[in-house]
Amino acid sequence: MPVTTSGSRSILICSGKGGVGKTTLTANLGIALARQGMRTAVLDADFGLRNLDLLLGLENRIVYTAQEVLSGNCRLDQALVKHKLEPNLALLPAGNPRMLEWLKPEDMQTIVGMLRESFDIVLIDCPAGIEDGFKNAAGAAEEAIVITTPEVSAVRDADRVIGLLNTRGIKPIQLVLNRVRPKMMANQEMLAVDDVTDILALPLLGLVLEDEQVIVSTNRGEPLTLNGSNSPAAQAYNNIARRVCGEDVPLIDPAKVRRGLRAKLGRLMQTKIF
Amino acid sequence: MTLRDFINNLLGRQPASATAAKQRLQLVLAHDRSDLNPELLEQMRREILEVVSRYVEIDLEEGDVSLETEDRVTALVANLPIRRTKPLPLQESKPDGEGPGEPDPVWTATQA
Repeated sequence: MPVTTSGSRSILICSGKGGVGKTTLTANLGIALARQGMRTAVLDADFGLRNLDLLLGLENRIVYTAQEVLSGNCRLDQALVKHKLEPNLALLPAGNPRMLEWLKPEDMQTIVGMLRESFDIVLIDCPAGIEDGFKNAAGAAEEAIVITTPEVSAVRDADRVIGLLNTRGIKPIQLVLNRVRPKMMANQEMLAVDDVTDILALPLLGLVLEDEQVIVSTNRGEPLTLNGSNSPAAQAYNNIARRVCGEDVPLIDPAKVRRGLRAKLGRLMQTKIF
Repeated sequence: MTLRDFINNLLGRQPASATAAKQRLQLVLAHDRSDLNPELLEQMRREILEVVSRYVEIDLEEGDVSLETEDRVTALVANLPIRRTKPLPLQESKPDGEGPGEPDPVWTATQA
């Protein structure tokens, strides 16, 4: 059978602002997609501050990186780190930060092109910011997932990134809203989901509730989607993976997460009176 | 205004912060998206008023040129109340397409 890339997808995971959950989403979505039977590659495009290996628990198994592949010092399959518990998932680690001095958008396109020959989905974990690292990563992607939190700084930075993705003709661009706190939203002390989607004018791919289990899972290097966890964030990541594959999974309603009298009162207080 | 805002208002409390967040974001994004800094916008405003006042007498106090954003489209909106039209300068006069003009025209230019 001839090798084609036609059915293969390359998806950029980006945010503009740092620390909003790009790498956590990449790791969890990668595992969840792999568990659904998709051959999935995750590419750490954050050469300056790489962390994807750590969140996946693969940091001790790295021999070669994207750098050696590009310079021809090893084959792609030698650099790929397969996940032991989820063999459908492979990580291509980021090279040395000094790579940034010579890396060009064409190099990233080469790498992603190679990955697309043997994987169904390539997730590109983008560095924060909108400088060269972002441009290199964006140049190799056809689709994008923008992740943000309901905070003014994260939404503003996401808007800058969306503008840049639009001018590059990347589509679809979908939104993941991370660290949602239903109680604060009910009290109108946090931007509402509709506020964020209205401002950014993107379709919502997923809502991830604030969840302590995320920190626990990163401590262990075992993404939540790996161990069948049923915590709110794990459910959200699994649902995002199903939506990426085209399944129609309803979004959770943060207002309905909380039950009881206080929650009812909170909903009443959000009623628009004029 | 939501019920919560209304009650906060009655009790003299600050409105819930989400409202402030949304308003501040919309304002800052209108400028981010247009990539115009406030000085440039001010300069453009002055020049637009200058050009317009060559042809019509406008109310400079009431005149307003601003950026508004909706659905990722930023528009430059100028609202310039006209006091009266001026006689057109002879050399540049064109066939009179428009009459004395409506009392409160709104001129809109859409930017990408």
